[in-house]
Amino acid sequence: MTGVLEHPGYDEERLRRAAEQLPCRELQAGMLLSLMGEPQQYCYPSVFIYGHRASGKSHVINVLMKELELPHATVSCVECVSVALLFDQVLRSFFGCDEASLLPRSPSLTDFVRIYRQQSPAQQTRYIVVEKAELLRDADANLLPALLRLQELVEDNVSVILLSEIVWDTFRPNTGCFEPLLLHFPDYSKVELQQILSQDRHPSYSAELYSFYVNILLGVFYSVCRDLRELRHLAALNFSKFCEPLAEGKVKETDTHKLWKNIEPHLKKAMQTVYLREVSSLQWEQMQQTEEETGAPKGLSAHTHVELPFYSKFLLIAAYLASYNPARTDKRFFMKHHGKIKKTNFLKKNEKTTNHLLGPKPFPLDRLLAIFYSVVDGRVAPTASIFSQISSLVTLQLLAQVSHDDQLDSPKYKCAVSLEFICNISRTVNFDIMKYLYDFL
Amino acid sequence: MSTSSVSKGCFVFKPSPKKRKKQDLSQESYFIHDCEGPESGQRRFKLCQDLWNQIKTETEVLQDELHRKILDSLLDFSRKCSSTRRHSDWASQMRASEIPTAALMLGVNVPDHDLTFNSLSDLLRQSVTPYVVSLHAKECGALKHLMKRVLEGLMDTVVAVDDEDEADQVQKSVHCSLTTLCDWYICRTKKSSNVTPGKKRPSSVMDQPEQLPPVVVVFKDMEAFNPKVLQDFIQICSRYIHRLPLMFIFGIATSPSTIQHMLPHSVSSLLCIQLFQSLSCTEHLATVIDKFILTHHFPFKLTEKVLSVLVSIFFFHDFSVRNFIKGLQLALLEHFYAQPLSVLCCGKEVALRNATQLDHSDLERIRQLPSFKRYVERQEAEEQVNLMKDDSYLKEVCHKLMKNLHKYHKNYYPVLRCLHTLTSALPRHLLGKQIRELHETCLRSNVWEQENYQSAMKLLKMRAKDELLLLLQKCAEILRSVRSKKMKNALKQLEELLCRFQQLDASTDVAPIEDECLVSPVKNLPKKTDLFQLQKTLLEMKESRRSKKLSSFEILRNETVDFIDGLVRSHLWPPESQPLHEVCYYSSVATVKHHLNATPRTSIQVALSNPDHYLENDSLKTEDGTLSSAAPDICIAYKLHLECGRLINLYDWLEAYATVVSAAEGVDPNEDAFGKVDEVNTPVSSAPCPSWSFWAL
Repeated sequence: MTGVLEHPGYDEERLRRAAEQLPCRELQAGMLLSLMGEPQQYCYPSVFIYGHRASGKSHVINVLMKELELPHATVSCVECVSVALLFDQVLRSFFGCDEASLLPRSPSLTDFVRIYRQQSPAQQTRYIVVEKAELLRDADANLLPALLRLQELVEDNVSVILLSEIVWDTFRPNTGCFEPLLLHFPDYSKVELQQILSQDRHPSYSAELYSFYVNILLGVFYSVCRDLRELRHLAALNFSKFCEPLAEGKVKETDTHKLWKNIEPHLKKAMQTVYLREVSSLQWEQMQQTEEETGAPKGLSAHTHVELPFYSKFLLIAAYLASYNPARTDKRFFMKHHGKIKKTNFLKKNEKTTNHLLGPKPFPLDRLLAIFYSVVDGRVAPTASIFSQISSLVTLQLLAQVSHDDQLDSPKYKCAVSLEFICNISRTVNFDIMKYLYDFL
Repeated sequence: MSTSSVSKGCFVFKPSPKKRKKQDLSQESYFIHDCEGPESGQRRFKLCQDLWNQIKTETEVLQDELHRKILDSLLDFSRKCSSTRRHSDWASQMRASEIPTAALMLGVNVPDHDLTFNSLSDLLRQSVTPYVVSLHAKECGALKHLMKRVLEGLMDTVVAVDDEDEADQVQKSVHCSLTTLCDWYICRTKKSSNVTPGKKRPSSVMDQPEQLPPVVVVFKDMEAFNPKVLQDFIQICSRYIHRLPLMFIFGIATSPSTIQHMLPHSVSSLLCIQLFQSLSCTEHLATVIDKFILTHHFPFKLTEKVLSVLVSIFFFHDFSVRNFIKGLQLALLEHFYAQPLSVLCCGKEVALRNATQLDHSDLERIRQLPSFKRYVERQEAEEQVNLMKDDSYLKEVCHKLMKNLHKYHKNYYPVLRCLHTLTSALPRHLLGKQIRELHETCLRSNVWEQENYQSAMKLLKMRAKDELLLLLQKCAEILRSVRSKKMKNALKQLEELLCRFQQLDASTDVAPIEDECLVSPVKNLPKKTDLFQLQKTLLEMKESRRSKKLSSFEILRNETVDFIDGLVRSHLWPPESQPLHEVCYYSSVATVKHHLNATPRTSIQVALSNPDHYLENDSLKTEDGTLSSAAPDICIAYKLHLECGRLINLYDWLEAYATVVSAAEGVDPNEDAFGKVDEVNTPVSSAPCPSWSFWAL
């Protein structure tokens, strides 16, 4: 079933075990092995592996490293908020804590190289595996080029393997750098997915049954999701439901049609809820247990209603109007005796209907308040609470402050809510917002 | 205390603890007004503090009760999560390990959230895990800071609990990464499982030693976090979830869809999110009002205006119950501070005791009270003289009046509740949906004189029998809990009425016959009819219905409604009708508004136009239209600019300013006319040089 990995210099038994754990990735693993060469041989200084999420990049590398017991350090760039952490982790896994503590408080690349060179040279190739390498682009400018030719810098048998979800072309720095070897991991095909998923069968059911189940699952989900991780998760969540008629003794394992009939609508429902994380997996399991007595629990996006204080609502409405109406039309909308404005003049063709397509525009505080006072019923004193409401709307992320925090004089804001949201809000205060929006005139 | 610094312009002098103590001691001396004895001030201070303590403890209890349910389910969730994590069955092995996450919907009343989170983390610490850390968005601008906060929060709390040698370890760990936390956690849990249970931790954690307590991270204000930081943090955490049993709590103010706005699918798929809805703030307010305002147990009362100011601040501005209670506290403090007669504002026994100890000046003050004056006017001439002259007689009357006031309150609230239960279900909510609104109407004026009340009563007379019975039973339930003679009487009557309703049930049912005779005329209508004829027949039908004899049920129903009406008329008088109501009722709206609803713009304007208002310097006082050169420069400039039109010429403006200021030069400052310019003739031209023109404010 699985191809055999072969390479001189490694124990065959170990290679066999590794190959077993890497279904459908024999080709890539073989390629990697031949790149790595025998343990004591020098490897290519840097290898760049890319491929979509859950296409087995980290898995292949990890299995090879673990099974062949190669000296390696795995670091994730998300975690390394500073270079110091990266250096620390590398040194720690190669040489132990004591050497890692030799690093000064905020180490530079030179410190790292110096300390590395003080250590004993490698007997066999050491590997530095850098996950989520795309984040290296945001780090210091010299870090990525230095990592790519680390072998030269430390004069030791060390190789850097970069893992990323995006292609190398976006990495190349302006100043140019050493080109790593590129290795692409293609997506799993449907057949491959089924082969992999079928491997983790439930111990108390036959392999055929599980593979049949995986087939149904893929039939529903393959069109929307090819992420192996996600599919595995979904398979685990829904398997108990699939087995229900079997456990109750209603259906035999061979009666595939009935099993299919039973699970299919269930999976469809799962696609709309639990896959989108509208419903958490815990809730989904509870739903399965309690069965259809109550309707599906509301998903996350079902709760969009936000209850706001009265004036906050009007402030938000005013902010929306200020964001989506051109400032010159304010006179027309909010003044009682605005006089005759010529229709042709007022409705400029190119300006019309584009405001909502362009998104909210920033507006100064004064304009917001001016619109607010003309929109709200009755007289409102300009109290401190009105102003504090504006800032609390900003913290709730319903408004966004555009100008810098330091600018106290006339801060600028943008309205960050959707048309539907503002319509709901204005309905609760009996305000017909459509009449005031320039785009819908 | 040295001020010998070259570089700094300002110096910090921390108050010594001794001084502060002195201030504390003299707190109550603030309560003593010029002309009265210190005892009365002390007494009022004590009463005020007692009442405030009562409010404080009771609101805390209330808060705990209200959050009990949601917190319980949250704790359940966290326990379940930490237990399922250890399962080794097939399904949980197969599943991608998700971080259990509770999304706590708290509503937009952000000021109240702190209290909730405090009690939440306390409860978590007590019953689930000692490892709880709360994060504020403000402290976590970057991932680095967030990590630091998490590590510090977790390790510090434990350091504080346990021995000190841990502190060195924390300092040693240079890099704040989750690896450090992991190692620390593992060594921690190993250590604690060796320690005899119950010695250092609550025993519940130690019950199952194999079950590790989760590490809870609370994000207090989810919306304010930088999405990027949050995403990174979650991704990092998911790498460690196998070694470190993490759990998140998101505090969300707006709506759960913010999670989806902030986190992409790749991140939210790492979480197992469960929603928890907290109580709405309006309900919370209703319970608070129920507890402190709609009860006779709490002697301090608010007048309608003050109450409506506080409530409108709540509804129009912030939705914050905490701020409402703050407002209540302010009113309480102001009342006891400004009203010397508030010694009588307390429980019945104490009030009566205090009434006997009133001195002459207090009694004089009572004579000045408008409500008392009105009361005196109603008395006969001889009585009037007695009341105005005889102190001891007045004391007796006071005693009686205070008793009456307490009785009034005792009867007022049950009747108010009854009226509310009867009318709240009526269509259009004529008397308000909330009991709070009804209370406000009753405080404002005689409720029975209002149109809405009358139409509500009419509607009540049209209610179906079973509905009415249900409501009346509820009323009886309310009255039953009151211990007052009048209410007991009312209850007796009500029960009698209820009895008679039930007897009607037993006797023959007249309703169907009624229905028939109502419907029949419609049937009798000819098939084809013009509009005029239809109108006529309909009018006739109406007439016939009106003149129709009332059934026994209808008679009884009318009687019941009249009885309720009678109750309302005898008990729901507005408090102004009660003599001595000023003792308990706080009425100064202006002060409350001034303190709670500050208007920065107006105060700046006042300060600029009447500098004497804030500086409290009489020499700055001016009449309208005049300018004093003694006023601060900015005030003069401001006044001059007011006299200009839309555009100000900078040169003319400064010239005018110079005229005003130089008018004072060489003049004796003690002279009356010092610095006064009658009419400022500022030569403001309307054609200024454009580059130096300003818009007038």
